[in-house]
Amino acid sequence: MLIRTPTPHDPLPSEITPRSAYLNRRQALAGLGITAASPLALAQGAAPGGGKLPKLPGVRSAVAGALATDKPTSYADATSYNNFYEFGTDKSDPAANAHTLKTRPWTVSVEGECAKPGRFDLDALLKLAPMEERLYRLRCVEGWSMVIPWTGYSLAELIKQAQPTSKAKYVEFTSLADKAQMPGVRSGVLDWPYIEGLRIDEAMHPLAMLVFGMYGEVLPNQNGAPLRLAVPWKYGFKSAKSIVRIRFVEKEPLSSWTKAAQQEYGFYSNVNPNVSHPRWSQASERRIGEDGLFAKKRPTLLFNGYEPQVGQLYAGMDLKKNY
Amino acid sequence: MKRALSAALLHPAAKPVLFVLCSLPLAWLVYGAVANQLGANPAEALIRRLGDWTMRGLWLTLAITPLRELTGLAALARMRRMLGVFSFFYASLHLLAYGWLDMGLALDDIARDIAKRPFILMGFTAWALMVPLAATSFNKAIKALGGKRWQALHKLVYAVGVIGLLHFIWMRAGKHNFAEPVIYGAILAVLLGWRLWKRLGARRATRRP
Repeated sequence: MLIRTPTPHDPLPSEITPRSAYLNRRQALAGLGITAASPLALAQGAAPGGGKLPKLPGVRSAVAGALATDKPTSYADATSYNNFYEFGTDKSDPAANAHTLKTRPWTVSVEGECAKPGRFDLDALLKLAPMEERLYRLRCVEGWSMVIPWTGYSLAELIKQAQPTSKAKYVEFTSLADKAQMPGVRSGVLDWPYIEGLRIDEAMHPLAMLVFGMYGEVLPNQNGAPLRLAVPWKYGFKSAKSIVRIRFVEKEPLSSWTKAAQQEYGFYSNVNPNVSHPRWSQASERRIGEDGLFAKKRPTLLFNGYEPQVGQLYAGMDLKKNY
Repeated sequence: MKRALSAALLHPAAKPVLFVLCSLPLAWLVYGAVANQLGANPAEALIRRLGDWTMRGLWLTLAITPLRELTGLAALARMRRMLGVFSFFYASLHLLAYGWLDMGLALDDIARDIAKRPFILMGFTAWALMVPLAATSFNKAIKALGGKRWQALHKLVYAVGVIGLLHFIWMRAGKHNFAEPVIYGAILAVLLGWRLWKRLGARRATRRP
């Protein structure tokens, strides 16, 4: 299903450290008493998680492009400045309101055009593939960015198990919409539930990630617990949070933001400095917590800097038309 | 009660007190910026809150006349100019914060942004319309213009209010987040509606001899 063309950034098979070798190294470090919330966080100098949530360790991802060299955003900023409208429209609302979200028990229904539909319990999903740590840039459509150490695995792992049929051209993601747990769902800001979608080849790309944790711990509720997507080459809103349904469909799904304002939020919504949002330019961005108040914003990169890995998905496509 | 309020408004300390009150939001924002208490995105917080205070100042300025007539507290009029000038001050800081913190003072980028984006154009227009009002806010200017012409010029403030509100609505439109614009809009509708009602009432009164 997935055809991988090697890019210059791909490591040679011989360059990849065997799993047994790095696991041994980890064990050696642990034996020396060197432990951290996250091995990746330790290696990259990231701030550790808040320490209040259960640990969710993972191994350093071997996926090409999965380990950004940017400085990770502080845990405090990443968990206090969120767009998660189910908990309110202000960026401080999710951190204030998301404590009411119950993340267990949690099941994800996998349905639609696939040979093996089913309902997956969260524990089953946690065990479906080895947990990896990845460091992704996150570019919000609003013009700011963060760098987040996520824990999870490629969405492709789950998709392969479901065995999509030839009719499965797109994957649709539905977030939980429960008025009792999510005060924002009572407002009419968006047409609930939150729907997002990817083309099947986008969803199968190894960088498209099913995320269960960040900063070496399970996801905080305000960041989309218990599981969410991280699609690093697209604007942040494409990465659905608190997912309850994954559906394989033939037609392009109508995502919530496209429904709300089609001229502002297209289906693809790839990070693109050359296609400006109707109300602001997308040519530059403010890196949260890093760029000082009077610092010039940094230039935004095509596909958020993931062009070597994902550029071929859009070969021959007019990115201005398919914004 | 009314006498006490009137005496307070006429007190020599009333204007200095108002000056301090009007400066408090700025002082709070500067403190927040220095003490790093404006959240994860201080630039955005500064720009937005300066915009909020511009509108609040403008709405208060526009509330003076209706309040004065409804309460009979003529001394309220003493406060109007300072509120208006502070609104312009906050509007200018809002524009400066956008131009500096968001656009890095790149004038060509700012000019392009203003021309290209309706909501920025609205905001800029509202600010530009406030310039002649602020520039003629001292006694000599009133004398030079003559009371009638001065008053006619300062009717522009109604347009500033409406355009400023449009700027705010447009800014929130993409996110369908109209809770605050609705509140500001409702208050502005009352403030301007009261004037319209008065004027229509006066016309009716003159028609009947």
